[in-house]
Amino acid sequence: MFNITGSKVLSAFILKKDYKRILIWIAILVILSFYVAKSFPSLYPTDMDAKAIVDTLANPAMIAMLGPYYGDTNSFQMGAIFSAEMLLFTALAVAIMNILLITRHTRKDEEEGRLELIRSLPVGKSAILFSTLSVYTVVNIVMGFLIGISLALAGIESMNWSGSILYGMTLSATGILFATTTSVFSQLTQTTRGTLGYSFSFLGFTYLLRAIGDINSEALSLISPLGLIMRTKTYVENVWWPILIVLALSVIIGYIAFRLNNIRDLNASFIPVKPGKKDASIFLQSPLGLAWRNQRGTIIGWAIGMMILGASYGSILGDVESFFSGNEMYQKLLEGIGGAGSMVEQFVVMLYAIIAMVGTVPVLQIILKLRHEEKRNRLEHILSRVVSRGKLIFSYVTLATITSLIMSFAGTFGLYSASASVATTHLKFSTMMKASLAYLPAIWVFMSITVLLLGMFPKAIKVIWVYLGLTFATIYFGGLLQLPEWVSNLTPFGHVQKIPMEDYNIISGIVLFAISISLILIGNIKYRTRNLEG
Amino acid sequence: MSVLKVENLTKKFGKFTALDNVSLELQEGEVFGFIGPNGAGKTTTIRSILGILKATSGKITVFGKDSWKDAVEIHKRLAFVPGDVSLWPNLTGGEIIDLFIKLNGSNNKSKKEELIKLFDLDPSKKCRTYSKGNRQKVALIAALSVDADLYILDEPTSGLDPLMEKIFQECIRNLKSEGKTIFLSSHILSEVEQLCDRVCIIRKGKIIETGSLKELRHLMRNQITIETKSTVSDLENLKGLYGLTVRDNTYNFQADADKLISIINHFNSYGIVNLESMPPTLEDLFMHHYSNGEVNSNV
Ligand SMILES: Nc1ncnc2c1ncn2[C@@H]1O[C@H](COP(=O)(O)OP(=O)(O)OP(=O)(O)O)[C@@H](O)[C@H]1O
Ligand SMILES: [Mg+2]
Repeated sequence: MFNITGSKVLSAFILKKDYKRILIWIAILVILSFYVAKSFPSLYPTDMDAKAIVDTLANPAMIAMLGPYYGDTNSFQMGAIFSAEMLLFTALAVAIMNILLITRHTRKDEEEGRLELIRSLPVGKSAILFSTLSVYTVVNIVMGFLIGISLALAGIESMNWSGSILYGMTLSATGILFATTTSVFSQLTQTTRGTLGYSFSFLGFTYLLRAIGDINSEALSLISPLGLIMRTKTYVENVWWPILIVLALSVIIGYIAFRLNNIRDLNASFIPVKPGKKDASIFLQSPLGLAWRNQRGTIIGWAIGMMILGASYGSILGDVESFFSGNEMYQKLLEGIGGAGSMVEQFVVMLYAIIAMVGTVPVLQIILKLRHEEKRNRLEHILSRVVSRGKLIFSYVTLATITSLIMSFAGTFGLYSASASVATTHLKFSTMMKASLAYLPAIWVFMSITVLLLGMFPKAIKVIWVYLGLTFATIYFGGLLQLPEWVSNLTPFGHVQKIPMEDYNIISGIVLFAISISLILIGNIKYRTRNLEG
Repeated sequence: MSVLKVENLTKKFGKFTALDNVSLELQEGEVFGFIGPNGAGKTTTIRSILGILKATSGKITVFGKDSWKDAVEIHKRLAFVPGDVSLWPNLTGGEIIDLFIKLNGSNNKSKKEELIKLFDLDPSKKCRTYSKGNRQKVALIAALSVDADLYILDEPTSGLDPLMEKIFQECIRNLKSEGKTIFLSSHILSEVEQLCDRVCIIRKGKIIETGSLKELRHLMRNQITIETKSTVSDLENLKGLYGLTVRDNTYNFQADADKLISIINHFNSYGIVNLESMPPTLEDLFMHHYSNGEVNSNV
C-alpha cells in the first residue's frame, strides 16, 4: 500500500544530517532534568519549604501554568513535586523539538526542491515520510529512556525506577504524537512557514485547552493530547494507559499523513492556491510594503493567537480569585512570605511577562526573515535597485516594532475581556495595558540583539531563540526553583517592573531603550559593510 | 566613455579565491559578453559590481562612481537580472514586476504591459506555480521595463525556450540601437556570438581573454567532416590539423581557423563530395586555452 523502498539509506542520511541537532536537544533535556532533580533536596530542605511549594502548586494559577499536582498535600514527596513542576514544560520542549525537526525533513526539503531530487531516485513515494518518522520515533524513545535513567540515578528517594521510566516514556509519547501531527500539517500546507504555523498553533491550542480543563473540567483536559499525557501521574500513581492512548492516536495520525502523502502530487498541498492580482496595490511599493505582505499572515495569526492566550488565562482569573478569597489561611501565609499585593495580582503580573515573552517570537521572526531572504537569494532583487541596505533594515525594524505593539495589545485585550467577565477584582484596562507596555523595551532589546547578530554573526542568528528560551525558563521557573537574582538579571525581561505590584521605573525603561537603539545602530553599520550571500 | 570599469578585482571567500585580479572595461553603447564555465566567477563578479559583495581588493567604478560606496546612486541608472531567480511564492508575477519597477524609481506601466504580452506571461499567477522559464521572464520583464543606461544580465536566457530566446535577443538589439550599454553573462557561446560586440572569457576566477569575437575566432578550431572521392594522402604534413579520425573516405578533424584554407585546398585536390563544418563551441575554446596554458606553463 505504501511504497517505502530506499528507507534504509534515507534514514541513515537523515541521521547523518541531524545527529548534531539531536544530540544537542537530548543533552539539554537530560542534563536539565537531572540537574533540577538533583537540586531538589537543597531547594526544599525542610518540610516547611515543601509544604509551601505544595500549596503553591495546588493553587489554580499554578495548575493553569504547570498542570495539576497529583501528590498528597500532606506528605511531601519530591517525586510528585518534581513531576508537577517539570513534566509539562519538558513535554512542551520535546514537542517543539519534534515540530522543528520533522518540518525540516518534510515540507522544508520539499519546498526548497531537495525532495524532488530524492524522489527522482529509485525511492518509494512514502519512503521519506517513513524514514523521517521512524528515525524520530527511535530518537524520542531513546531520549525518554535517557531522561528516565538520569532521573532514577539522581538519587532522590521518592523518584524510583518505575516512576522515572514512566516519566521518560511520557515524554517519548508526547514527542511521537507531535512528530506525527507535524507530518500531517506538512501535507496540508505548501510552505515551511505554514507547516510550522499550524503545528505550533496546534501545540498552543492543546496547551490552553489543558489549562482551562485542568481548572474547570477534567473532560476538556482529556480531549487535549497534552492534558491526556499528564494523566500518567508519574511518581504518584504511575498509570500507563495515557501513554497507550497517545501512541494509538499517533498511529492513526501517522496513517493519515501517509494517506495524504500518497494521494497528493509533489510540491502540492490540500490547501489550494488562488490566482492573484495582476498589479501591485499601493501597499506593495516599498521594502516595507513587501515585508508586510510577506509577513502579514504570520502577524495576523500571531495576533489572534495572543488574544486567545490572554483570554484563556483571563478566563481562569475568577477561579484563582475565589480560591484565595475563600481561604483565609492562604492569605495569611502569603502575607507572611512577604508578597505584596494579592495572589491574583501576582498571577496577573506573571501573565504580562508570559504575554510579553510569547509576543517576542513574531517580532524576532520578522528580523530573521531578512536573513532567510538573503539565504534564498531574494535580496539581490531589492538591493540591485534603488534601495540602500540601511533602508532595508529600517523597514524590517519598523515592521517588527509595530508588531511588538500589536502583540502587546492583542494579549492584553484578550486577558482583559475574558477576566472582566469572570473576576470580581476589577482590573482596569489602562492599568493592564500599562503593565504590558512596560515590557516593550525588553522586547526591543531582544529585537536589537537579533539585528546585531544579523549584521555581525549572520550564521549564528538563530542563537537568539536559545536566549529567549532560557529567558522564558528563568522568568517562568525563577520563583519555583529559587534561582538567584543575578540569573534573572541576565535577561532584559528581568529588568522590567512588575506593575501594578511595583512602581514603574522610567530609568530602567530608558536604559533598555537606549541599549536597543545602540545595538540596532551597530548592527546596521555591520550589516552595511558585510558581504551579502544573495 | 567607459561606463563600467573593473580594475584588479580580487574576491576571496575565506581561503578560496573566487576572483583573481579581474579587470575589464565597458564602453558606452556596447554589448559586452562575459562567458565562462560553471563556477568560473561570473556571478561573483556581477555581485561585486552591484555592491552586494565587498571586493577583497581592487576597484570597481560604474558611471565613474564607486560600486560599493555609491551603490544606491549607481542603481538609479542600472537594471539587473540575477542568475538564479528566486521569487516570493505568495506574490504574483504582476505584483513583483510592479514592485521591482517601483523600487527602481521609475513608473513605466505601458512598457510593462507590452513586455508581458511579448513574453507571453500570465501575471496573475502566484510565483510558486511558475516554471523556471516563467520566473526568468518575471525578472527579465522587470529589468527591461526600466529605462536604464546599463543593463547587467546574468545568464538571462536560462530556462527560456528558443522562441523566447529570440524575443529576448530582439529586445537586446533594440536596447543596443538606443545606445544602451549591456553586460551579458552566459556560458552559451552562440548566444554571446549573436549579440555581443566584445567578449571576455573567465575561467577559475581569472580573465583569460578579452576582445572582439573576430579576434578570438582565430584562436578557435572548427570541427570539420569531409568526404572525398579518393583517399587523401600526405595528411601528416598538413599544419593546423588535429584529432584526425578516418572511416572509409570520411575524415573527421579539428582545424585551426587560420590554416583552414590551406587544409581545404589540400582535400579539394582529392575531390570533395561532402563538407560539414561546425563552429567552435565554448568547450573547444576552453580546450584550446587549456592546452595553451599547459604549453605555456611548460615553457
Ligand atoms: N558566498 C560564497 N562563499 C564561498 N564560495 C563562494 C560563494 N559564492 C560563490 N562561491 C564560489 O565562487 C566560485 C564562483 O562562483 P560564481 O557563482 O561566481 O560562478 P558562475 O561563474 O556564476 O557559475 P555559474 O555558471 O554556475 O552560474 C565558485 O567556485 C563558488 O563555489
Ligand atoms: Mg552564476
